[in-house]
Amino acid sequence: MRKTKALALAALGTTLSMGLAACGGTAGGGGNNTGSGNQGTGASGTAFNDAYTKLVNASDAKGGTLKFALTDEPDSTDPGNTYYAWNWNFSRLYARPLMTYQPAPGEEGLKLVPDLAEGPGQASEDGKTWTYKLKKGIKYDDGTEVKAADVKYAIARSNFTSELTDGPKYFAQYLDAEGYKGPYKDKNLDDFKGVETPDDYTVVFKLKAPFSEFDFLVANPQSAPVPQAKDTGLDYEKNVASTGPYKFESYEVGKQLNLVKNENWDPSTDTTRKQLPDRIEVQYKQNADDIDQRLLNGQIHVDLGGTGVQPAARAKIVGKPELKNSSDNPYTPFNRYAMMSTKVKPFDNIECRKAVQYATDKVATQAPWGGPLGGDIGSTAMTPTTVGYKPFDLYPNGQDHKGDKDKAKASLAACGQPNGFETNIAVRGDRVKEVQVAEALQASLDQVGIKATIKKYPSGDWSSQYAGKPEFVHKNNLGIMIAGWGSDWPSGFGFLSQIVDGRFIKDSGNYNMMELDDPTVNELLDKGIQTTDTAARNEIWSQVDKKVMESAAFMPFVYEKTLLFRPSNLTNVYVHPAYGMYDYTWLGVKQQ
Amino acid sequence: MTTAPGSSAPDSFLELRDLRIHFPTEDGVVKSVDGLSFKLDRGKTLGIVGESGSGKSVTSLGILGLHKGGRAKISGEIWLDGEELVGASVDHVRTLRGKKMAMIFQDPLSSMHPYYTVGAQIIEAYRIHHKVSKQVARKHAIDMLGRVGIPQPDKRVDSYPHEFSGGMRQRAMIAMALSCDPELLIADEPTTALDVTVQAQILDLMLDLQREFNSALIVITHDLGVVAELSDDILVMYGGRCVEYGSAEDIFYRPEHPYTWGLLGSMPRLDREPTERLMPIKGSPPSLINVPTGCAFNPRCAYEGRTGGKATTEVPQLAETEGGHLVRCHMPPAERRAIWENEIKPMLEST
Amino acid sequence: MVAFIVRRVIAAVLMLAVVSAATFAIFFLIPRALGQTPEGMASRYVGRDATPEAIQGAVKRLHLDDPLIVQYGRFAKGIVAGEDYSLGPRKAECPAPCFGYSFNNNQPVWPTLLDRLPATMSLAAGAAILWLIAGVSIGIVSALRRGTALDRAAMTVALAGVSLPIYFTGLVSLSVFAYTLGIFPGGGTYTSISENPIAWFQALVLPWITLAFLYAALYARLTRAGMLETMGEDYIRTARAKGLKESTVVTKHALRATLTPILTIFGLDVGLLLGGAVLTESTFSIPGVGKLVIDAIRGNDLPVVLGVTMFAAFFIVLANLIVDILYAVVDPRVRLS
Repeated sequence: MRKTKALALAALGTTLSMGLAACGGTAGGGGNNTGSGNQGTGASGTAFNDAYTKLVNASDAKGGTLKFALTDEPDSTDPGNTYYAWNWNFSRLYARPLMTYQPAPGEEGLKLVPDLAEGPGQASEDGKTWTYKLKKGIKYDDGTEVKAADVKYAIARSNFTSELTDGPKYFAQYLDAEGYKGPYKDKNLDDFKGVETPDDYTVVFKLKAPFSEFDFLVANPQSAPVPQAKDTGLDYEKNVASTGPYKFESYEVGKQLNLVKNENWDPSTDTTRKQLPDRIEVQYKQNADDIDQRLLNGQIHVDLGGTGVQPAARAKIVGKPELKNSSDNPYTPFNRYAMMSTKVKPFDNIECRKAVQYATDKVATQAPWGGPLGGDIGSTAMTPTTVGYKPFDLYPNGQDHKGDKDKAKASLAACGQPNGFETNIAVRGDRVKEVQVAEALQASLDQVGIKATIKKYPSGDWSSQYAGKPEFVHKNNLGIMIAGWGSDWPSGFGFLSQIVDGRFIKDSGNYNMMELDDPTVNELLDKGIQTTDTAARNEIWSQVDKKVMESAAFMPFVYEKTLLFRPSNLTNVYVHPAYGMYDYTWLGVKQQ
Repeated sequence: MTTAPGSSAPDSFLELRDLRIHFPTEDGVVKSVDGLSFKLDRGKTLGIVGESGSGKSVTSLGILGLHKGGRAKISGEIWLDGEELVGASVDHVRTLRGKKMAMIFQDPLSSMHPYYTVGAQIIEAYRIHHKVSKQVARKHAIDMLGRVGIPQPDKRVDSYPHEFSGGMRQRAMIAMALSCDPELLIADEPTTALDVTVQAQILDLMLDLQREFNSALIVITHDLGVVAELSDDILVMYGGRCVEYGSAEDIFYRPEHPYTWGLLGSMPRLDREPTERLMPIKGSPPSLINVPTGCAFNPRCAYEGRTGGKATTEVPQLAETEGGHLVRCHMPPAERRAIWENEIKPMLEST
Repeated sequence: MVAFIVRRVIAAVLMLAVVSAATFAIFFLIPRALGQTPEGMASRYVGRDATPEAIQGAVKRLHLDDPLIVQYGRFAKGIVAGEDYSLGPRKAECPAPCFGYSFNNNQPVWPTLLDRLPATMSLAAGAAILWLIAGVSIGIVSALRRGTALDRAAMTVALAGVSLPIYFTGLVSLSVFAYTLGIFPGGGTYTSISENPIAWFQALVLPWITLAFLYAALYARLTRAGMLETMGEDYIRTARAKGLKESTVVTKHALRATLTPILTIFGLDVGLLLGGAVLTESTFSIPGVGKLVIDAIRGNDLPVVLGVTMFAAFFIVLANLIVDILYAVVDPRVRLS
């Protein structure tokens, strides 16, 4: 039931190059193919995947109109009411949260730097109080100064009202604000005890429990200030009070958003953004294939969604070196995988789960995503762009990952099912790629005697009625479920807690579909989130990953990748790893 | 205007010489009219009688030149007032149409344009051939409507065809045909769509008008009763050819062709009950693509056996029996007359 | 005539009421009958992993927990009397005729529809003129030159036009004329006529042609068939027998009879298109009513779907009415008292 694409703050576990090497060594054929794709340089002197590792078309030239197009429309342009990854990237043009990601490709881009705040959050001794000091002199586009109360109000409206429902509710989950009704029902902001503002430049967050990754939470645009007097609720998206380098000129819902320079934005307070184009225009609801054509012709500069080109354009780009050299192939936040239910026979026996791990031809299950350009073959629960990721492969399934029948049969024998068994594969029937993956998996399993039947369910109620409802899973013998996951911030906790924590198994809307309830995993997650030392914490996330894989209930297919195209008239381009797309606050355009 | 070599303009107002109108189709050539000749003078009326498919309507449209320029193959000669029309240009024949020769069609409802008023259609017909203002043409149209017996013609001129009764419509149609004082008027089944009492009125009207205009009139019908009242001469058509031609008296009192006997036998008469119709002609009209060999009527002829086999092998000639009375039959004239006098006539009279 | 129009308007209003009830039933009643809960519906309009409280909030805000008859009553009342919606700190007014309030866009449906209408009208009007002229003239020429190479070529192209889907011809024409040859601007360049008439025209040329191609093909076939039938009518023979020139026979007598039924279809087609040219608008990214409804369907935005359906039904009913009146003017046989 994921209406929105999760933001995966894609993080590179180790250095980028190390990650690539490691990836290639364990997942086989992984990496970013920088070498093989490099057939000379493009028209602008760039090569395939250049913007993944460095700034391309570097230029500080100002002026021009930067044009974006999007197949969809935003859930809302209100920074406090959006769950789209691209919008968390894009909204920074007009909204400054307390913290943000450092503007750099590769590992550096995953480090948080202060934005509205003077420095990172100061945690109290017990880890339950986080204090941020605001920079002085930051103004809205109307010239008034940003106050601490505006940040408090922004958190209150985005997390505690029944109107603004599109964004995540982490603050409501972690802040100690019992009984607060939200600012629309209770006009007195002092009743909101979760955030305190001792003075105009200090914001103090009060947590229910220690949470060592709180800086990640305030890097969400929900912490961007909103003056209470200007809040018009759901209509606020039409005229957002801007703190960034651009402000709203006009906004037609579902059609077009135009931004112009915000003269009250002071670059001396902002180290992460540029202000190159004079105007920024965004067209919503554009035909997907037409966007690609316009992109290839340089009529627009960026496909705002950041999810890559359509198959038709992909074929075109791959076929022409000059086009390919103007494209990049970054990881998306998503891991595509299957979960095996530990509560459905015979998968309650780990050996039967292992049999599936060994039997699966992962080249065949990679194909529906578009082959190597669509993703690297995976062997871990975390993706390579998650902080804490370490490569390993507990179930090596033959050379080239094409499946190891002998090992699979041995596991079947150990499971007491030497001749195989019958089971079901559940899949979202309206997702073509996932159905193809299910079919490839079915074929692999058939080779070792496991007869799997594919059951298709509508994606709209997938989580609330079908695979996300354990009772339904048990009743219908759904042994294997095809799924995917991308996290809201790029750490092991952000990625794993929802899908592997045994205490998150829900009667409905359950993402831990394998129903893994391993005390070790649960304890490690608790321990990690209370560990303030970053290196130690990341080590714990990697242990969680290993523990999850040891259960054999989680079978990754691919770490998803996209193919982004950057026209030659787009300047100052690099892939921001925190978003898995170009950094929208840095872009400029070449003037004709 | 061209004339076929060796032909010369006839004395008659209208003369057809060996007219043939053939339509090539995918199934073969349809010989709708296959060698038809006759003459007609001003002030005279010719009745052309035959079943549907005998070629009578094709003949009339052929005279008007409405088959020209289409797929039909036309040969022979049509002489109208000293002009040969088969070889004449399409455009020239068009200028004669409506003015020198006009036509009254069978079904006045479908033959008049449903979207235009009766007046507009008469005005249009008049103005094609007369360069006059609309007002003048309108007056003429009202005048014409009055002359064909439509009451309140100044009001009815603005009515639409569907607002007229069947008889009124046919009157309007006649008014339209007569609007340019045509010298040749062809009426194709002018009363078929009308009920009996109206039929008589229309026939009277046509006779009156013909006398008034002194035009030549061709009445085409399948109903001998209609031509009986109108015609000077009668031409009986069968399978695209003339099988008997003569004065009305010849045809009604001395018919010699078995097909004409059949027509007489199936003629509805007011003094008889409709159910008593005798001698319906058995069988159905011949295919015009595969005309029966020999006499085209032989498969339906009760006297086919009295021809010594010639009926199926030889096409009979249209030969004069006496005084301009022509018959196309293999039986000798004496035998034909004997059959009529001894077998057919008593039977018709007895019932 | 006045009585006729009044009767038809009353019938049209009743018709719209039936359409609204039927549409409402399809989008609200059937899902409910299939076990969809108000919470399940609300969960589509909130972010992922929404808390039960947030979902409950959305249920309350969108009135999804009311009995269906009450929801329908509110919808019907909104059309007649308007309705207010909570935006949080303030209320959004949705004056009559309020066709509901979009779950996804947080906008009243009616102004959105009005906002999208000019684009759809521009597209429909231009395409309609094109296809009427092209389709009818090709059809006439084809009928008059029946069986010739010209006729066969025209009918082959027409068959292609009827068979090829718009998203195919649209994307191909974009690829060729916009991106390869650069004669016309690409998709998504629609500008309103009041803003920039030249840009408006340029952006619409390809959509017009693409849409008109399909309909012109249909109309050519219709006209050809109608013309062939009319040319065989008795009154055409009469017209010829009067000595009329063939050109007059065709234009004055045959065409008028042929075009009358085509005019009927034309009126309905234009009415239908005003309810949204879904495929063309999607292909060329024109922000019209059709684009609105297809996006609304994808996003489960029921009030918008309902609103557009009503809107489209209104145009079809209106087109019907106009066509009926026009028909009475053109064809005296159906003239009304």
